[in-house]
Amino acid sequence: MDLTILWFCIVGFLFVGYFVLDGFDFGVGMSLPFLGKDDTDRRVLINTIGPVWDLNETWVIVAGAALFAAFPEWYATLFSGFYLPLLLILAALILRGVSFEYRHQRPEAAWKKRFDRMIVIGSAVPAFLWGVAFANIVRGVPLDAGHNYTGTLFDLLNPYALLGGLTTLLLFFTHGVVFVSLKTDGDIRTRARTLAVRSGAVTIVVAASFLLWTSLAYGTLASMLLSAGAAVALIASFVANLRGREGLAFGLMALTIGVAVLSLFFALFPDVMPASNDPANSLTIQNASSSPYTLSIMSWVALIALPLILAYQGWTYWVFRKRVTRAHIAQSA
Amino acid sequence: MQDLLDPLILSRWQFGLTTIYHFLFVPLTIGLATTTAVFQTVWVRTNKEKYLRLTRFIGKIFLINFAMGVVTGIVQEFQFGMNWSDYSRFVGDVFGAPLAMEGLLAFFLEATFIGLWIFGWNRLPRRVHLATIWLTAVASILSAYFIIAANAFMQNPVGYQINEGRGRAELTDIWAVVTNKVALAAFPHTIVACFMVSAALLIAVACYHLYRNQHLDVMRPLLKFSLWTMVGAGILTVLTGDQLGLAMVQTQPMKMAAAEALYTTSTGADASFSIFTLGTPDGTSELFSIRIPYLLSFLSTHTLDGTVEGINDLQAQYTQLYGPGDYSPTIWVTYWAFRWMIGLGLVSVVTAITGLFLTRKGRSPKHRWMWRVGIWAFPLPLAAMIMGWIFTEMGRQPWIVFSLLKTSDAVSPNITGVDVLISLIVFTLLYGALAVVEFGLIKRAAQKGPEPAAVDDPDHDDASASGDRPPLPSTVY
Ligand code: HDD
Ligand code: HEM
Ligand code: HEM
Repeated sequence: MDLTILWFCIVGFLFVGYFVLDGFDFGVGMSLPFLGKDDTDRRVLINTIGPVWDLNETWVIVAGAALFAAFPEWYATLFSGFYLPLLLILAALILRGVSFEYRHQRPEAAWKKRFDRMIVIGSAVPAFLWGVAFANIVRGVPLDAGHNYTGTLFDLLNPYALLGGLTTLLLFFTHGVVFVSLKTDGDIRTRARTLAVRSGAVTIVVAASFLLWTSLAYGTLASMLLSAGAAVALIASFVANLRGREGLAFGLMALTIGVAVLSLFFALFPDVMPASNDPANSLTIQNASSSPYTLSIMSWVALIALPLILAYQGWTYWVFRKRVTRAHIAQSA
Repeated sequence: MQDLLDPLILSRWQFGLTTIYHFLFVPLTIGLATTTAVFQTVWVRTNKEKYLRLTRFIGKIFLINFAMGVVTGIVQEFQFGMNWSDYSRFVGDVFGAPLAMEGLLAFFLEATFIGLWIFGWNRLPRRVHLATIWLTAVASILSAYFIIAANAFMQNPVGYQINEGRGRAELTDIWAVVTNKVALAAFPHTIVACFMVSAALLIAVACYHLYRNQHLDVMRPLLKFSLWTMVGAGILTVLTGDQLGLAMVQTQPMKMAAAEALYTTSTGADASFSIFTLGTPDGTSELFSIRIPYLLSFLSTHTLDGTVEGINDLQAQYTQLYGPGDYSPTIWVTYWAFRWMIGLGLVSVVTAITGLFLTRKGRSPKHRWMWRVGIWAFPLPLAAMIMGWIFTEMGRQPWIVFSLLKTSDAVSPNITGVDVLISLIVFTLLYGALAVVEFGLIKRAAQKGPEPAAVDDPDHDDASASGDRPPLPSTVY
């Protein structure tokens, strides 16, 4: 197989991993004001993702680095073109990351409240902006012959991209709430289930519109089939949740997000960043990629590393599979 | 006004500031993770409760610091594309590879096992739990290797060829890149310097408690251990720095000339090393200086009668090779950064040796203010480290990749001065505020001292084995 295609798949895989995993972290973060009635509740929520948020976030670092190594031209165009949105994402991730670590360092309520707020904002901002960014990639942006983005910030804030942002925001929110119902017990678990039904209903409407728009405007046959598959999985997750099948509901949410991201990648292929002004300026897997030598070296590294990574990360999730409860928090006070 | 909004100047400031800031945390992560692992190993081996207390105590400081290293690292990764897109296009084929390897082989490992370590107390068997902290430490050192290999390509490009058609450097030999002689020399120098940084912090912590006569049973061993680490790592830093100097002279002679503000090529005794100079910053007219003859010759060539090329000759040589332009870095920066690196490092080592002498065989210093010296010496190696990097990076200017690409050709062509000004302000404010919080928290944790540690042992605990009690939860946050 052509190595550029393989690397297109690997980059896709890394972003799928990132959105599926950090997606529920974002959701749990955003759910603090809805599900956390008191400090103990909020600690329960944060502890559900405690051992894993850092490794989940690392997926985006690795995805970025893989992009740099395999498609330097894509990396350069994307990151310089989306300068200000990425700045916002970075600021949000910084605030969120330190808040997990710092909120429990002091007992004062005001201290904790400040960091809770940062967790909420720090989760919502990237959840929204990643959707905006990806929708814009699919939609295409103005590029000059040197592959530099020539638009402004406001070109990125078009209706399609904003709908994309809303879609990821809602998908991640529901994903996180379902995760809470799976990982906690007692009152908070019940509340999470109720909330997941409500947000799930809204999510279905918004996500379906976005996927429909994508299919009609930019779709290929494969991307349309995947979009349809994502929609089915989302509805199935909603039903599973209604029936109290938390594990199944969570698995289906993960599937929804993964397949939806894949459908975007399929809509792109073989472009990686279409130019909306002149197709001749588009970045494709060919003109954006590294040399065959670099790609083959990196393929070997990825081939060895990825199975290992999946194995030890899977083991981590296994180690921390137990539900977190208020009693646990009281015990560890 | 136009100058103030130059995206190039602003991007350079931003990259410099954010990298220095990232590097405030990295050496502590590397040093403290390893130290924590060492004490946890001692605990597992001896089963003495005081080592457990010490492990948890150092571990807590380590974690407060770790969060900052991670979040500031993401900024570094993104900035290459955001601010230096033409650089990324030019070198991505070569430079991206070590970066991606760092992610795949080191960052994932680190991020996963740190979570297992933090939340794995009482949950994982003792030895498995011990392995998690060791893996975290190894991963952090591994990530340093890859990033330094990437940086070494900028100092001394190897294993590539230029593809004229695509206007970029392409990788031809990955092995040459990861075994770049600059990387092989810079890596040990940086790692041992990291241990000086963490030792300085732990010396300060131990001195603080000993000054107040508290936690003697753990602070005494901690002090001894850290003093010895400082001395050992200090000596190794000098030795490795010497090797790095040789590699530097071979690859970037201009940097050594700039380090000494040596304008004319000199040989033997004339190639003297000035410890201190008063005069105009560019070194052209000096008023007063203390000089050691032969030292520069020795540092550069390991012989007393070697020849060290001067800035003027190199400038002429480079103009021939690369066309007209100014090929010397900002001399006063390189000159002073090099001296501060060495000077602050040496002061730290001398302080530690004095400390060892004063506390020999269970003694304590006669004067209480001496403890305070130990406390306030904590920033010295960190400052030395930063000076070293400023020297390394500023000394490479005007090149971003030596001999291949100038920094001025590397900046993203499509970002505006306003964009970069906004991001520079955001990062400065954010980083400034977090620095205050972080410093406060570390100080607080350090002053509070070790807490009594009661840890259930999943290996030997009958109650949980027989199922009377649910396994302890993994809640920490
Ligand atoms: C505690 C910190 C510390 C101390 C005491 C020293 N260094 Fe250093 N030095 C560093 C920390 C450092 C560093 C920050 O880690 C650098 C920056 C880049 C690198 O690889 O290491 C560095 C760079 C660096 C370079 C530049 C390499 C290049 O640009 O390619 C040289 C030549 C030396 N060092 C030499 C020395 C010598 C001869 C020392 C003592 C006599 C010394 N260093 C002490
Ligand atoms: C942590 C230690 C480091 C510090 C403190 C540091 C510091 C700096 C500083 C001060 C500059 C600005 C120089 C100038 O513009 O005059 C700079 C530039 C730069 N450094 Fe580093 N650096 C470090 C490590 C690295 C590493 C490991 C890499 C690459 C892997 C790197 C890549 C760059 C790049 C791309 C620039 C921007 C272009 C330039 O101005 O040359 N740096 N760095
Ligand atoms: C300018 C270039 C640099 C880039 C692009 C960079 C990138 C990163 C990134 C993305 C992370 C976060 C990893 C995570 O989430 O686990 C990180 C952390 C880290 N970086 Fe850097 N870094 C730079 C400079 C350096 C240098 C010079 C060193 C080593 C000498 C270094 C060593 C580390 C280590 C050990 C960590 C993990 C420990 C911690 O998070 O505190 N970095 N870096």
